[in-house]
Amino acid sequence: MKKKMSGGEILVRSLKREGAEVIFGYPGGSVLPIYDALYDADIQHILMRHEQAAAHAADGYARATGRAGVCMATSGPGATNLVTGIATASMDSSPLVALTGQVPTALIGRDSFQEADITGITLPVTKHNFLVKDVNDLARTIKEAFYIATTGRPGPVLVDIPRDVSGGTARYVEPGPVELPGYKPLVDPDPAMVPAAAKLIAEAQRPVIYAGGGVVSSGAHEELRRLAELIMAPVTTTLMGIGGFPGNHPLSLGMLGMHGTRYANYAVCECDLLVAVGARFDDRVTGKIETFAPEAKIIHIDIDPAEFGKNVRVDVPLAGDVRRVLQKLLDALQGASHQAWMERVDTWKKEFPLQYDTNGLKPQFIIRELDLLTGGNARITTEVGQNQMWAAQFYTYTRPRSFISSGGLGTMGFGFPAAIGVQVACPGETVFDIAGDGSIQMNIQELATVVSNDLPVNVAIMNNGFLGMVRQWQELFYRRRYSYTEIYGPDFVKVAEAYGAEGIRVTKPNEVRPALEQAIASPKPVFIDFLVEREENVVPMVPPGGSLSNMLG
Amino acid sequence: MRHTLAVLVENNPGVLARVAGLFSRRGFNIESLAVGRTENPAVSRMTIMVEADDRVLEQVIKQLRKLIEVLKVQDVTKEEHVDRELALMKVNAEPAKRAEIIQIVEIFRAHIVDIGRKTMIVEVTGDEGKVNALENALRPFGLKELVRTGKVAMLRGTRDMTTNGKEVEE
Repeated sequence: MKKKMSGGEILVRSLKREGAEVIFGYPGGSVLPIYDALYDADIQHILMRHEQAAAHAADGYARATGRAGVCMATSGPGATNLVTGIATASMDSSPLVALTGQVPTALIGRDSFQEADITGITLPVTKHNFLVKDVNDLARTIKEAFYIATTGRPGPVLVDIPRDVSGGTARYVEPGPVELPGYKPLVDPDPAMVPAAAKLIAEAQRPVIYAGGGVVSSGAHEELRRLAELIMAPVTTTLMGIGGFPGNHPLSLGMLGMHGTRYANYAVCECDLLVAVGARFDDRVTGKIETFAPEAKIIHIDIDPAEFGKNVRVDVPLAGDVRRVLQKLLDALQGASHQAWMERVDTWKKEFPLQYDTNGLKPQFIIRELDLLTGGNARITTEVGQNQMWAAQFYTYTRPRSFISSGGLGTMGFGFPAAIGVQVACPGETVFDIAGDGSIQMNIQELATVVSNDLPVNVAIMNNGFLGMVRQWQELFYRRRYSYTEIYGPDFVKVAEAYGAEGIRVTKPNEVRPALEQAIASPKPVFIDFLVEREENVVPMVPPGGSLSNMLG
Repeated sequence: MRHTLAVLVENNPGVLARVAGLFSRRGFNIESLAVGRTENPAVSRMTIMVEADDRVLEQVIKQLRKLIEVLKVQDVTKEEHVDRELALMKVNAEPAKRAEIIQIVEIFRAHIVDIGRKTMIVEVTGDEGKVNALENALRPFGLKELVRTGKVAMLRGTRDMTTNGKEVEE
């Protein structure tokens, strides 16, 4: 007869069975039995300095690897601090398993100390969540949580574990195969729809492929490249799709949408066929929906049938795993050539390149320098705002999972902790968080985490003393009334040094390259405080609610 | 247009909150929702009335299907189906008015299930139109209280939810 184990031990064993290598967490009263099991467990635990950062780090780990990231927090405030990170993962379909402690089952519902109804709170921002009420259900629930998080359209799953469950004892029983009668993730598309899509592609004269995060999460980048080359269609990606198609490929149009390239947006406006691959027609992509791709038939490939027709009408929906759908589609397609269309697109590319002037220290220049220095091979995370858009525009991403950013929720404070998860997942690789002076202050406490765990994460702060993107909107749409967007920050060099990290200040263009080289070479985490031009704008820009054909800047 | 959805869900705590929360956060309007267990104690069935155009209805159904604990969703509106609702109406009934009320109740094949000093409770089962008609007929007497269960619905004949509205081969 097998020996009984504590709930905490069962949890650790279940996590190991799921292949989890690392937990990003923060201890507390309701998770004491779990931390006791972790004390001598063969699983890495990274002690963060805030639970929100734990969720973002696990999310960053998940986005860098494609495997579920695991974060953990105690009940009450620990759990509620995870919520922003869970919502971030939810909006970007990232596989996250969030473990929370809960007060003992007998105290639930009595407003007990550090009690929060975290399954209720996270209902709208999780793919699913569980409250485990019996230690005998724990192993099976963890298996189901990983299964739900990583299959179908990935997403966050929260498992709430009361202290008497983690502290209880049971025999560990290996769970059988997952049986969830209401959950059958799609894989292959309806075979009848593939010829319909192939026919539209064969008839198209001006096709454009619009690729989103689904390409990255399903690992379909190779299939996407083959499709684009086979049918000679230019490819534009969403923010989430960056890296899903090589940025240096002749067919690449870069990003589309509000801060996309003119040539991507013009191509979408004039195309007669739009092949949406793992993308969801977000408002930041489409602009004014009535004028989006007005002449195009639309093929929509997505794992989630609820995305079909949600924002735009679709001519041929193909539901299934993006990679599998593309494989089936490639089998059904003949090569095609659209010389006239490609010439038109190339003319736009020459006429309207992304550009910036070089007066003073420009954020765009810094990112270009980083691109040249790293050959497009660094892992880049971003915060949210101008820094994020410049990082999307001016770095050449050549491989999937190399650009990691909060797209849907737009979470300031994401990039630095996400970079921690990326660095843990990819030791030995160069990791940069491209930050603003506003965003970095939202999770700056994680300096302690990177220093104490010897994680050589680099943070490039585009320091303009403003909440830059909001300031840009105030400049453009609120007559330069800079209401509370001028933001005081600390001496970031001293802050980094105070934590035991390295700090570098850059004020001139010719200091950029040496500073980046120094940061990459340093075994320590490095903050580079780039004092950039204060009122630089992100251009081009589709004004909110405007059409893609009508860009400013 | 109004639609009647039959939704099979796992009989777990919190499943009602998941369904109701989905409707509210996506801005879908529930007109009525009736829920109870089915022939299988592990499964509950919801009948949800929703006012929606075709595009919104499609979203409602697809989003419901994404919930892990939702087993099956079917729009029975256009299928041959039976739907019923039960209502209790407490109506002012001075002795002088009672005969008239009883006559109305009989016409609707409803029942009087309680008589107080000045009131009666009328129980009626039927489709929505019948319940509405009785309500309108009794309103002039003074409706003190009205409670309706919301509609429950079932496909006619041999078809059932587990065959997804397709005819079962016999």
